[in-house]
This record gives sequence, C-alpha cells and structure tokens, in this order.
Amino acid sequence: MPAVQETVERVKRIDVDQYRYGFETLIESDKAPKGLSEETVKFISEKKNEPAWMLQWRLEAYRRWLTMTEPTWARVDYPKIDFQDLYYYAAPKPKKTITSLDEIDPEILKTYEKLGIPLREVAMLEGVEPKVGEDDPARRKIAVDAVFDSVSVATTFKAELKKAGVIFMPISEAIREHPELVQKYLGSVVPTSDNFYATLNSAVFSDGSFVYVPPGVRCPMELSTYFRINERNTGQFERTLIIADKGSYVSYLEGCTAPQRDENQLHAAVVELVAHDDAEIKYSTVQNWYPGNSEGKGGIYNFVTKRGDCRGNHSKISWTQVETGSAITWKYPSCILRGDNSRGEFYSIAISNGYQQVDSGTKMIHLGKNTSSRIISKGIAAGMSQNTYRGLVTAHRKATGARNFTACDSLLIGDKCGAHTVPYIEAKNSSATFEHEATTSKISEDVLFYCVQRGLSQEEAVGLVVNGFVKDVLQQLPMEFAVEAQKLISISLEGSVG
Amino acid sequence: MALLEVKDLKVRVEEREILHGLTLTVNEGEVHAIMGPNGSGKSTLSHVIAGKPGYEVTDGQILFKGEDLLEMDPDERAAKGVFLAFQYPVEIPGVATMTFLRTALNAQRKARGESEYSTPDFLKKVREVSKSLNVPQDMLKRGVNVGFSGGEKKRNEVLQMALFEPSLCILDEMDSGLDIDALRIAADGVNALRSPKRAMVVITHYQRLLNYIVPDFVHVMSRGRVVKSGDKELALELEASGYTQFEDAA
Repeated sequence: MPAVQETVERVKRIDVDQYRYGFETLIESDKAPKGLSEETVKFISEKKNEPAWMLQWRLEAYRRWLTMTEPTWARVDYPKIDFQDLYYYAAPKPKKTITSLDEIDPEILKTYEKLGIPLREVAMLEGVEPKVGEDDPARRKIAVDAVFDSVSVATTFKAELKKAGVIFMPISEAIREHPELVQKYLGSVVPTSDNFYATLNSAVFSDGSFVYVPPGVRCPMELSTYFRINERNTGQFERTLIIADKGSYVSYLEGCTAPQRDENQLHAAVVELVAHDDAEIKYSTVQNWYPGNSEGKGGIYNFVTKRGDCRGNHSKISWTQVETGSAITWKYPSCILRGDNSRGEFYSIAISNGYQQVDSGTKMIHLGKNTSSRIISKGIAAGMSQNTYRGLVTAHRKATGARNFTACDSLLIGDKCGAHTVPYIEAKNSSATFEHEATTSKISEDVLFYCVQRGLSQEEAVGLVVNGFVKDVLQQLPMEFAVEAQKLISISLEGSVG
Repeated sequence: MALLEVKDLKVRVEEREILHGLTLTVNEGEVHAIMGPNGSGKSTLSHVIAGKPGYEVTDGQILFKGEDLLEMDPDERAAKGVFLAFQYPVEIPGVATMTFLRTALNAQRKARGESEYSTPDFLKKVREVSKSLNVPQDMLKRGVNVGFSGGEKKRNEVLQMALFEPSLCILDEMDSGLDIDALRIAADGVNALRSPKRAMVVITHYQRLLNYIVPDFVHVMSRGRVVKSGDKELALELEASGYTQFEDAA
C-alpha cells in the first residue's frame, strides 16, 4: 500500500480515545445552578466576593449578550449550543484559604503529575524554593499560577515577583486588591460589547490571570499558567489581563490539556494585553484541549478572543501559539498597533487531526506611523480535519509607512482533510507595504520513502518532516517549552500514522 | 551464502508488468553494474529491493543474507544493511542534515538492538566521516539537501552511506545531473567505501561512471530482464555498439 494511502487508512482508524490526558480528577466542586440568567451572574460575582462595580460590569455585559447572536462566518460546523444547558461556574471546594503549597489537594497535584508536561512546575509546587540571586540560565525560573477548574489554587513565586514589583495573581484577587488597575484596563482592549463570546465571557468569567509589570522592569521569570477543564458540562470562561508599563518586558506562557469528555465543552476565554511605550509582551500558548473521539464526538469548543494593544510608541506584542487540540477552534490573537513604531507578531502552528475544525489566524490593525507586523502561520491538516487560516491586515489612513509580512503555509497529510487560507488585506494609506505569501503542500510519498529508507519508521518520518515544517515558529517559543511543544506535535500526529 | 539473491522476480506497477522474471546474485565484496536503456526496469529493481511503495511483486523472491526481504518494511531493510543512494535525493526543509543523520542512525541502531549514540559520540563520528570524505561542516548545518547543488546532494548520499555502514549499497544513476568533477568526487567517495564485506550495485546508463567505479560484473537489462552478463569489458562493448542489439534478445 502506498505510504500516503496507508497514512489515510490509519487516520480513518484514528482512536482519539487514546487521548493522553483523558482522565478525571475526583474533587468535590461548588457549582452554580445550570443555565444563564442574571441570577447566575450574581451568584458568580458573590462567590468571588466581588465589589459592586464588578457585578455591574458583568450585568451590563450579560444584558448586552442577550441582544447578540452567535457569529456564523467561521468555517466551522457544529450543532447549536444550548446556553441554558450549561453550568457557568464550578470551583474546587476550598477546604480553607491556602497559605502554603502543601495544602493543595493531593488529587490536584496528582493531576499535574499525570500531565507530565509541567514536571518542573510540579517540583516547584512541591516546594523547591528558588534561591534568589542564583540565576542559572539553563534552568530559568517559571512562576505558575495554576488555574484548576476556574479557580486559581496556587500561585508560586509571588514573593520574588513582588520584590521586582510585578503583580501576578488570579484576576479575582486583583479585582479585590488592585481595583484601580483592573478598572482602568479591564475591557479596554476587548470591550464588553466586542463579540458574542467575549461578551458572554465578560458576564460570567470565573477566573484567570492578572499581570502588571511596572515601568522599566524586566519580569525576572517566565510566567506560566496551566489550564485544565475538569468539571462535566462546565463552560470554562477564563479572563486574562496583562499590562506592561513603560519600558517593561514580560513573557507569559499559557498551556492547557483537558480530560476526556463525551459532551462538548464550551470554552470562551478572553485575553487582553496592554503594552505601553517601549514595553514588550511575549505571549505563548500551547493548547491541547480534548479534540473529540474517533467519530468526532465530544471535544472542546474553543471560542477565544485574544487581543493585544500596542498602546505606546515603540511597543511590541508577540503571539506564539501551538494549537493541537479542541474539536473546534475559533481564535484570532490580534494586535492593535496604535503607538508609532509599534510592532506586532503572530507565529502559529495549528495542527488538526480526526474531525477537528480549526478556524484561526490573526488581525494586525495598523493605526500608528511606521508600525510593522509579521505573521507566520503553519497549518497542518490530517485525518478528516479542516484547517483554515483567516487573517486581517489593515492600515488606517494615518498609518504612514505601515509594513506587514505574512507567510501562510499549509501541509496536508492524506486526502480527506482540507486546508484553507482566507486573507483580508485593507490598506487605506498609500505608503503601506503589505506582503503575503502562501503555500499549500502535501507530505510527499518520496520524502517519506527517503526517510524510511534511512531507517526511520513511517511515524518518525512524518514527525521529522512536520517538525521541520514548523521549525520557524517553534523557535519563537521560550526555550523551555519548545521541547514540550515538539513532543506535543508528535503526540497529536500519532493518530495520523497509526 | 550470497548477500543478495534476486530470483525470477516479476513486478507490476499499476497493472503493467515492468520486471518479467529477473535473476541476480550479488556476493559480499562484489561490485555489480546494471546497465540498460530508459524503461528497461533498472530503477524499478532498485526501488523494489529498497521497499518503495507502489510496486506489486507478483512472482519470485528476494533474499538478503538468506532472509526474505519482501517480508520486511523498508525501515527494517535499512536497519539490516540495505542502502539506496537516490537518483534524486529529496529536500526536507527545516530539518538540519545533522539532525537527520542522527535520527536515522539511531533509529537503525535501535532496530538492531544496539545502543543509540550519545550526542558527543555522534558528533565525533560524523566529523570523522565527513572529514574523510571532504564534506564541509557547513553542509551538515543546512536543511537536508535544501539548496544543495547536484554534486552536494550526491555527496550527502555518500556521506550517509559511510555513516550507516550498510552491507549492500545500491547507487541509482548517481551520475545523473553531475558534471565531470562532481562525478569524480562522488565516485572517489564510493570507492573509499569498497570493502570485502560490502557489495555495491551500480545502476547507470553510461559507461562513463564505470571508469571511476570499476565493476567486477556488468549486467545488461532490457525490457525487464537481464539479457547479458559479463565483466567490465562488456560495458565498453556497449558504449561502442549501443543497446539496440539487445532489444531483440529481450
């Protein structure tokens, strides 16, 4: 059987039930009543001991949401979601306020252990104290804000970050402790009225991360959050807000994996980034939600709004994402290049297998003078999946000297999948320079045969070729995570060759 | 026992028979040249020995060190010591030649139950081998064959041959696309790898290559069969008289 044919056959049999991280943790949880109403919103706000202004903000979003309809322009197909048939809040039942890491539910720690990926972090959660001043570049420190089913249960390295003046905490805490910052920035990049899912998130978000880096500070460690959906039928509504003040720098990594599910789970996160003058934010994502089983049943619906605002001059925001999971991905991490000479970057690897549907890309909105942006997108489609790149690059009238370079490459494995590229380009300033390159290719049988003739198995050969294909983007990930991402890519393609 | 025994091999590609009962025996240490016009089935033979998908063996057998080669996956064959130097080596963008060599060598060693090379050991070995073949270190850092000249691609094939130490090397039209200097360099590399333990099957249209890689035996293929075998003189004869004389014999 020709190699490609064989791959296709194997993909047909793909058993996503083997999903590596498909396990559940038995923890009691505290649920909001099913369905969405003003009461649900109030329940959530009350659970979080939120101030009145926050509840008001949520309620306004909820009322707005009632008037909105779901977007249908994406190239994804799924049964209608019954928003009244979901739970909007679930928190692990807190035994008491956690003061030390030892008090974390061992079940939760076990889950992290099973995940395998954040081994370092587990070690840290288990109390490996960082020695201040001992800066081993080979083992750079990573602070973890562990979001377990919507509530952050552990925040590490808080002390050291505090010394640098960096605020890194669950957003629910920030609302109480730093209301002036939250009020100033929350919704300033993604307004409550932005889109159906962002508005929904604004009404019911449970928790997420808050980061503030003061002027001139280079955040001393990578900030990292591992998300995990763990409650049956619970929508996960994360809200993340990162602010880099003048001349500061922060690198943030978000990674997630979810347990196996039969029902579809809705995930509608919102991430807002604000970079002031000369500040830089690097936001990296490794996304590995449950993709559904071999018939395309189950799996996470991932409707995410991520946007960064290069508010200051010479500011820079860089998005890097490795997307391997979810039944449906609807996600366009974007940059608003408002400040003069600001720069936006988007590096993406999107892998789809089985019956996954990905509609992802970016928006680069050039408003300021001499703004520049770069988009490198690598889509890999296998199995019966559909993989769409959708990108918007615009230069507004005052964006003199705006520049963009876009390269979209798609790789097809087998002949039952699809890759689509939908670029939108609008230049309202005649001095703008926009370049767009796109390629679509199949893993050729000759390349695979060459590799296996040298002793590689089919699977190793596909892994090698794909890793070569995505190399430009992998290089953008923080060192520590590039290796993990590479492994994840191999894991997610395991099904595609047997 | 012969290293390679091809017995009465019949092969089809998409319902069309390309090899009509081919027999060939290669012993350790021997260099065999297979010559013949376009479409005589030379490349098909090399592909079937290496296990390329898309060929249907309808009859006959191939034994390698006494084992049934046709029962093995192509990567198993590689680990057993079958090496095919490609006529047109493929490009693999983004994969550094060094990474490729290491992944492949360790995969073969693993399949044979040998320990995998550590990074320093591997680097030492690859430096040694590339030095002996005059392969510049810079080439190892570039993507596999990406932007390589024809000569560099062939040299990369020879480098792999030297590194993997196969017992059977099949060189599929290694002279195609090479100028005379590049040909000489590649051939020198091949000659350096001749050993009493290693056999080579050199597939070519032209006698020219055989001036550099001097064979022990020459076989002429026509229409899917070996129609004449002899020593290196046969190649010179062919050069003078052409292949047409064999068209009728087939």
